[in-house]
Amino acid sequence: MLVVQNLTKTFGGVHAVTDVSFAVTAGEMLALIGPNGAGKSTCFNMLGGQIRPDGGRILLAGTDISKATPRTICRLGVGRTFQITATFASMTARENVQTALTAHHRQTARVWQEADTLHVAEADALLAQVSLSAEAGRPAGILAYGDLKRLELAMALACNPKLLLMDEPTAGMAPAERAGLMALTAGLAQARGMAVLFTEHDMDVVFGTASRILVMDHGALIAQGDAAMIRADPRVRAVYLGTGFSSGGH
Amino acid sequence: MTALLIQLLTGLAGASTLFLVAAGLTVIFGVTRVVNFSHGSLFMLGAYIGWTILSRLPRDPGSFALGVLLTGLATSAIGSAVEMVLLRRIYKAPELLQLLATFGVVLILQDATQAIWGPADLTLPRGPWLRSAVMILGERFPLYDLILIATGPLILGTIWLLFARTRWGTLVRAATLDREMVSALGVDQRRLFTSVFALGAGLAGIGGALVLPQGSANLQMDLSVITDAFVVVVVGGLGSLTGAYLAAVLIGVLQALGIVLLPKATLVVVFVVMACVLIVRPHGLLGRPLTATRTDAAAIAPIRPATPALLWAAAALLVLAIAAPLIVGPFVLSVLTDITIAILFAASLHVLMGPGGMASFGHAAWFGLGAYGTALAVKSLAAPMPLALLLAPIAAGGVALVFGALVVRLSGVYLAMLTLAFAQIVWAVAFQWSDVTGGDNGILGVWPPAWAGPASFYWISLVLCVGGAILLRRALYAPFGFALRASRDSALRAEAIGLNPNALRLAAFTLAGSAAGLAGGLAAYAKGSVFPTTISVGHSVDALVMVLLGGVQTMAGPIIGAIAYTGLFDALLLATGFWRAALGACILAIVLLFPQGIAGGFNRPGVAGSVKRTI
Repeated sequence: MLVVQNLTKTFGGVHAVTDVSFAVTAGEMLALIGPNGAGKSTCFNMLGGQIRPDGGRILLAGTDISKATPRTICRLGVGRTFQITATFASMTARENVQTALTAHHRQTARVWQEADTLHVAEADALLAQVSLSAEAGRPAGILAYGDLKRLELAMALACNPKLLLMDEPTAGMAPAERAGLMALTAGLAQARGMAVLFTEHDMDVVFGTASRILVMDHGALIAQGDAAMIRADPRVRAVYLGTGFSSGGH
Repeated sequence: MTALLIQLLTGLAGASTLFLVAAGLTVIFGVTRVVNFSHGSLFMLGAYIGWTILSRLPRDPGSFALGVLLTGLATSAIGSAVEMVLLRRIYKAPELLQLLATFGVVLILQDATQAIWGPADLTLPRGPWLRSAVMILGERFPLYDLILIATGPLILGTIWLLFARTRWGTLVRAATLDREMVSALGVDQRRLFTSVFALGAGLAGIGGALVLPQGSANLQMDLSVITDAFVVVVVGGLGSLTGAYLAAVLIGVLQALGIVLLPKATLVVVFVVMACVLIVRPHGLLGRPLTATRTDAAAIAPIRPATPALLWAAAALLVLAIAAPLIVGPFVLSVLTDITIAILFAASLHVLMGPGGMASFGHAAWFGLGAYGTALAVKSLAAPMPLALLLAPIAAGGVALVFGALVVRLSGVYLAMLTLAFAQIVWAVAFQWSDVTGGDNGILGVWPPAWAGPASFYWISLVLCVGGAILLRRALYAPFGFALRASRDSALRAEAIGLNPNALRLAAFTLAGSAAGLAGGLAAYAKGSVFPTTISVGHSVDALVMVLLGGVQTMAGPIIGAIAYTGLFDALLLATGFWRAALGACILAIVLLFPQGIAGGFNRPGVAGSVKRTI
């Protein structure tokens, strides 16, 4: 469903991403790993439309989205979460999701209807899916970080995505929480038939959740395959040599 | 051709003075992140102090230089004092409050200057060397202008050396990049900030003294120079000294050439150039994106719907307001009419400042466009009142739509300064285009028709203004308002869920512009006249004070603020000759005592408490 062809981005003279090609098939959990500075986030921001690529194509169900804005990409069915959570601090958790839902249903031009009354049931259902029902009425500005990560997930799900991009979904969370969030994501992906592409530093999370793994180093894709193949790959071993596979990487 | 060259040189001479002011402004901003509105007042004080010193010194070049330097030292001391007494206390306040506080200083210094030197313009008797000229391509060109042309690069070079070669300069540059890091490294911020203020204030004072030989010391120069300096600093890039020089040359030359080539449109040309620069380079010619100062996410208080008690109180107040003409006399009724207009004016600005996250510093532009739109419709088209009142929001909203398309791309102080500059240009057009607007004399005789007496007009105003404010409030609680607030809280997330933050901001800008325009149209009828002062910086600040007085993060805030402020203002006007200084002192008191506004102080304790716990 998502095909990336020869994606390239340079910042000044720095080749952040060079000639990266891969594909995401429907329903799979695909991990993108690599050491710090390998180009994972740049790659992600090009997929999400936050950064415009210098070269290459990104095809979503056959449509080239390499020059599309984030909101077009969202409308085409790609949800995303950010490395540093981005939520609406002045709204409650429920209102955050409601706002995402009104955006999805293209109702934001309405100036008369009370926003609080729109999509309440749907918002509560999404919050329940990410186990955030208890926090529904609390402002996002005071939620704990792990809760914000889950709120972001609920907001990303509000546009009913076919593909979910998660940039370091477990960064800043306690190890126990990490496994929980990824298990939750995997369950949602399966239930919705949604593909998930995520970057991650925690190798336990990666090998425990991903059905397939992409490895980047110095802006290039150096390996892809299932967990066993990646573990055995000599180039991946060379990149990670000395740090060990289960390093937290923070 | 020769005439153009001479004009070009004149422009370069003007650019040097402009640079002296802009340099201080940009360096102070770079280090302290404060946009110092009172910088123009230091320039004005430089002119007055310079006059006092220079008119007592012998009229030779040496004494002139000495006098100018002494003036610089004097304003430097005044600037440091302002920094130590006031600004030091508000470095952590939101940037708009800082801007407002420094405007309070402007008001106080205006009255102080008038009290010390009197209202008349002061000119300096010029010695023979100041009257001498050199021949350039067969034209006489003032020697003094050549000296001014050289002054700009000379000062730029000196400051550059100071920054490049001294430890102090290294600290200033480091603080411009990341002041928290510099502080974490153990540098005494207080001394660094004060010294930067001293330098900036000194430069502004020197600039003020340097204009004396060709101009005068007058009470209008503070606001006129600060507007130009804002334009220069924005075009050059906030915090960039070289950028400020380039922009000063660009603007100075444009102004000088514009006077010859397009005398009627000089201001518009300057504005168009500024707009073009900002479209291509949103951070100015040599500016870079500002490092985000790390603020608490929790500082943005959530907005809760009104409590039943508040709604009952509002309903009771509304009943009183409807019955008012039956109870009160004509004077109180006219004050009440003013208050209704102020409510809509403040409520419309609140849409931008609160949920929109756009700190507009030139909201009077829309009020004024509405007022002039109505007045012109009455005078030139003989339009009946309903049509004239309808034209007010259309005129203001239409211009807001066009100007907003540029503005919504910016944020923070860039946005504040650009809206201010635009309002100044609208003001200048109203002031200069006297064939249409009547210039300083304004447009008179805009009275409501006979069927609308004072009481009827008050009711019309009440319905339109309170109704308008309620509609705005309704929109803010509707999906539109939520989407707007979402764009303010996190543009990144808003885009990622399919919202278009710039389109939402533009819609809010247009909406707020139309509402302010309607308030302006009503004001034209209420006063029976329109004057350029409707568009002055002072009037924009009126709206800001009303909103801040009420508290930005509460929906009832602007209404409470409008009522309190209009009452305060009328009381001050009646009670004292120094109303500007009194108003300035009130502004400072508000900023220092209630950084969250009056209504903000009554935020629900439950929410406030839980926010505190997470910090």
